[in-house]
Amino acid sequence: MVSLSDHESTSRDKQPESTAPAPTVGDRWRALPALVRFPLAALAAFAAILALTSVTGPTGDLRIGSVGYYMLAIAGLQLLIGYSGQISLGHGAFMFIGAYTMALLVLNQPALPLWLNMIITVVLSCTAGVLVGAATARLHGPYLAGATLALAVGLPALTVRYPELLGGSNGLAFSTRGAPASLAGVITNTQWQAAAVWGTTLIGLVVLATISAGRLGRRMRALRDDEAAAGLAGIPVGRTKVIAFVISAGAGGLAGACQAYLLGTATPSSFTVTLSLSLLAALVLGGLGSMWGAFFGAVALVYVEVWGEELAHALALDSNVANNLPIVFFGVLLILVILVWPRGLHGMASSLADLVRRGR
Amino acid sequence: MDQFINLTLNGLSQGAVYAALALSLVIIYQATRVVNFAQPALALISVYIAYTVSQATGSYWLGFGAALLTGLVLGAATERLLIRPVHGRSPLNAIIITLGLLLVLQGLAGMIWSNEPHSFAYPMDYRGRFSPSDWFALGSVGAAALMLFALYRFTPLGLRMRAAAFRPEAARLSGVRVGLMLTAGWAIASVIGALAGMLAAPPFIFPNVLDEVFIFAIAAAVVGGLENPFGALAGGVLLGLGMSYVSGYAGPELTTLAALAILVVVLSIRPDGLFSRPTARKV
Repeated sequence: MVSLSDHESTSRDKQPESTAPAPTVGDRWRALPALVRFPLAALAAFAAILALTSVTGPTGDLRIGSVGYYMLAIAGLQLLIGYSGQISLGHGAFMFIGAYTMALLVLNQPALPLWLNMIITVVLSCTAGVLVGAATARLHGPYLAGATLALAVGLPALTVRYPELLGGSNGLAFSTRGAPASLAGVITNTQWQAAAVWGTTLIGLVVLATISAGRLGRRMRALRDDEAAAGLAGIPVGRTKVIAFVISAGAGGLAGACQAYLLGTATPSSFTVTLSLSLLAALVLGGLGSMWGAFFGAVALVYVEVWGEELAHALALDSNVANNLPIVFFGVLLILVILVWPRGLHGMASSLADLVRRGR
Repeated sequence: MDQFINLTLNGLSQGAVYAALALSLVIIYQATRVVNFAQPALALISVYIAYTVSQATGSYWLGFGAALLTGLVLGAATERLLIRPVHGRSPLNAIIITLGLLLVLQGLAGMIWSNEPHSFAYPMDYRGRFSPSDWFALGSVGAAALMLFALYRFTPLGLRMRAAAFRPEAARLSGVRVGLMLTAGWAIASVIGALAGMLAAPPFIFPNVLDEVFIFAIAAAVVGGLENPFGALAGGVLLGLGMSYVSGYAGPELTTLAALAILVVVLSIRPDGLFSRPTARKV
């Protein structure tokens, strides 16, 4: 596992000024304190997203927005699995909580602004995280995985139990306010939505990255590498585990709220076990132990399906084959990446970057 | 009282299916420390093969045999081709490989047999209270568990398999072919998985038919303790009964929540499952 500063070094590849081969820029960038560096990187990424959505159509905006909320959810999972070493298969449950909180707030309190809804969602999903984290703090390995998996299956069943409140299996549909009137001619509604999702995501990522670069992150990594040794060294094992769970639940809930906001619906069928397992798969596919892994994983999660559909369409395949091509494609990609590049797409990218740097 | 007996019998035959799939998970976990998420997919392909063979020959039992054979081959092939290369790496790698295999096999099943449900026969008459089919489920799972117990306890092969699973280094030094034994463990587990699939699939078969059963099987394995085959059996029956009572007395939409509740209660009292022995850990 590589330390965080190594991953952040790749972030200069995204910075426009780092294209020059002067190592001093990269060194100076890395010398910046995390509290300055992460927000700056997030601002640059936000500008890139704004530029990107100005050239894509509504479908493209929606996909870019989807990458945003998946990235936030996967980054939360990264903190939990990649840093603190607790394997959770129930992250979709927190997205479920977030999405339904968002939907209920919009439906019942339409006057509340979006940012307040997001904050309420984070508070609620963190509370759920405290409950689940405290209940599962003693579990480890496959036992934690099994318990969280049952959570991901059990929780969406609540919608069928309380159909008046949660809309049954059809879920809740609502319409959100689009772009503000003053910006009517400048950006479209979908652009505004994608930007709002990415703004939320990037704020969330800055928080997650700052936490994992600091003392708490170090404690989590110690816990992941050897729980007993970390405990002997004076790290509060139970509390750190629960805190990791709570933060990751908050990120998952926020991601769910973004999804509901982007799609305008919250349905139980979007929060199946498959979602939780896909998030884990995307995390490992992107690369464990680095926030960049979350980005690669989210892109793979959204675009492998898109490409699979396009490929099936281009080849004019039989509908049975075409419908199942994206899932087979994703599965094959997962197996290949684990067999060939166990450190995921991020590991592959950084070793390629190393090769290029050495060759120069 | 009558309803109670009905629910108990129902829960037992459901529990037998969970127990069988949980048993296959536990055998693989004991052998290679992997929770095999591809188990429902291996079973699914076996059941589809059974469907095709039964359609072609008109005999349910030929299909049944074909399913078990397919399970054997698929389990062995999975261990050899996919799990062996990541052996000894982070357990997450193996989990992701099995997840990938799950997606691939479910997708392939959809490609070959289509996502539409096909009707799939029960082995025997399924009507009435505790039908022959239910008896068959209980009986076949019980027989499989007994045979497994006999294999592990009384045969040289079973001894070698246990040695390979628990003390691979010492086993290798005494001439046991450890790799072959692990493959055998996966193969046997997948046969039991295929049996569970044959019992769980009717009346319809479609690519996601075994997903729900698999979730409950994982819950059963975890409740019983992943280290212990008897725990898997007990966990399966416990879960089957609990869910049957909740479904009958409180409403069928609560069954998944009931499974979650059983899991939480058991694990908060015993974090390593009901039938686990405490282990010493070296720092």
